Amino acid sequence: MTATEETAMTIGLAAEPASAGHHPAPATAARVVAALKRRRRWRPLEAVFWAATLASVLLLPSKHLILNEIAILGLFALSLDLILGFAGVISLGHAAFFGVGAYCAGLVATHGITEPLAGLAAAAALTALLGWATSYLVLRGTDLTRLMVTMGIALILGELANQMAWLTGGADGLQGIMMGPVAGWFEFDLFGTTAYAYSLSVLFVLFLAARRITNSPFGLSLLSIRDNPLRAAAVGVPVNGRLVQVYTLAAAYAGVAGALLAQTTQFVSVDVLEFHRSADVMLILIIGGTGYLYGGLVGAVLFKLLQDMLAGFTPQYWHFWIGIFLIALVLVGRERMVGGVAAAVRRLARRT
Amino acid sequence: MLTLLFDGIAYGMLLFILSCGLSVTLGLMNFVNLAHGAFAMAGGYATIVLMSRFDVPFVATLPLAFLFTAALGLVLERTLYRHLYGKSHLDQVLFSIGLVFVAVASVDYLMGSQQQIIKLPAALQGRVEILGVNIGLYRSFIIAICTVLVVVLQLILSKTRFGSRLRAAVDDRRVAQGLGINVNVIFAATFAVGSGLAGLGGALGAEILGLDPVFPLKFMIYFLIVVTVGGTTTLTGPFVASLVLGVADVAGKYYVPAAGAFVIYTLMIVFLLVRPQGLFARAR
Repeated sequence: MTATEETAMTIGLAAEPASAGHHPAPATAARVVAALKRRRRWRPLEAVFWAATLASVLLLPSKHLILNEIAILGLFALSLDLILGFAGVISLGHAAFFGVGAYCAGLVATHGITEPLAGLAAAAALTALLGWATSYLVLRGTDLTRLMVTMGIALILGELANQMAWLTGGADGLQGIMMGPVAGWFEFDLFGTTAYAYSLSVLFVLFLAARRITNSPFGLSLLSIRDNPLRAAAVGVPVNGRLVQVYTLAAAYAGVAGALLAQTTQFVSVDVLEFHRSADVMLILIIGGTGYLYGGLVGAVLFKLLQDMLAGFTPQYWHFWIGIFLIALVLVGRERMVGGVAAAVRRLARRT
Repeated sequence: MLTLLFDGIAYGMLLFILSCGLSVTLGLMNFVNLAHGAFAMAGGYATIVLMSRFDVPFVATLPLAFLFTAALGLVLERTLYRHLYGKSHLDQVLFSIGLVFVAVASVDYLMGSQQQIIKLPAALQGRVEILGVNIGLYRSFIIAICTVLVVVLQLILSKTRFGSRLRAAVDDRRVAQGLGINVNVIFAATFAVGSGLAGLGGALGAEILGLDPVFPLKFMIYFLIVVTVGGTTTLTGPFVASLVLGVADVAGKYYVPAAGAFVIYTLMIVFLLVRPQGLFARAR
């Protein structure tokens, strides 16, 4: 199967009938528009998913702190999905944006602007700028070069945060973040209820935006770049431009996730920029599956549950099991494992 | 000043021994193996265990560390790595990160998380003054061993039949296969030797680099820098890259300690931007 056919399959385009040979262009355009419309339609399972998250706000009041973490991780993984799942860019330094977003929101708060939404906006703007600037470094080279450059950028930023103690608090972390009420109305409370509701709303809004963006001609062009950049360029997709745009967008998403963490936990440490964050977020996305937006969210839930379970079992060594899991996942075949589950879900969705 | 240069060279030599195996893995099989440091760590711990439990003298543990990690590499290559050559880079990255996590946690469990200390024999301790340059005996020992290894490796690569097969396979795997070279066997052998060298490097470097369970994560970036900057087609590239990296790191930490690791990372990014294929690679 060629890459173009694969892309066509993923967006649900039927093979072109032979009789349409005379005027293929308008027919294809119409079919693409129809396919996009089909993709944009809400499926029942999606409604179930969001209804369940809404229910968790009301029904699980004692778990709001961990649910808040899950929502933030989910948003972070969603941002990685935008570049890895849709554009095929491997990054081992995505924590760079998460960390910068966290520090930015924290610093905005310690410098007197305690409105959380303003902090989010500042973090998004700064990380988008950073993403845009570094995207040109990431464009070059192969997978390995990209790995190294993304990892290098994250390491440099981590080192910076460590050294610039006058600004970031260095190894002690950024302390004394006091947040005002969200939108001047909802005070943060001890049980994390406001925090969770706040993170979840931000996640939902950004998810909607990502859903709309990926189910657009822009999103389709990303898929074609992922499947075969050379061919995408040959049919007139501005490969580099698109990659810059999606990388910038993903950076802003990750920045917002980091900002949420800083605001809801009221603390930022150098830990937000460390390598294990980048590795964890990739793992989360892989557990959930790439390229359909829900992967990061499902993965975040599973990851936290797994972490809770394994950490209770062997607190110090839970990375051992994560490692075993990763090895097994790759050896069995990511597609087979995740794809099998996805296929089952799809069958279920079709039946309902 | 010269002492610094000397230390830097010893450090660079060590990095080369640690990472030359990785360069072959990458060049031959296009396999992104982030778990290379785990083999180095295995070698280091092999030396520790041999010395503390079985009272083997330090120098005698070095070949044993080599053999142990080479065997380990061979077993893992035949059982696990083999299945991943055709897979995407993402799969390889996930797999090798998984392996690193397992290695880190296992060593932590078995040996404890504290830094391990190697007791060097008295003959290798201390420093001497030669022509006003203050030279550490242990570092000259490292340089001597590594120089011998580099020469031997270069000779094997350029003079033996195995070496020419290996070079052919790195250049173009498919054509080499078509000519009847059994690339899989060559690769298994090279992987084992590469792992063994990493293990030897880990054992030698335990005193200088420090050895604790997070070793593979801490030094992963260094190995990758050597390989990506040096390129994967020759041994010269990684060798020069390691020396530059070693000297730059030692000098950077001495003269501008505040800049910390910036120098290295920035250099790496600049190198990668200017020469994405490596320092000495031919343009394809």
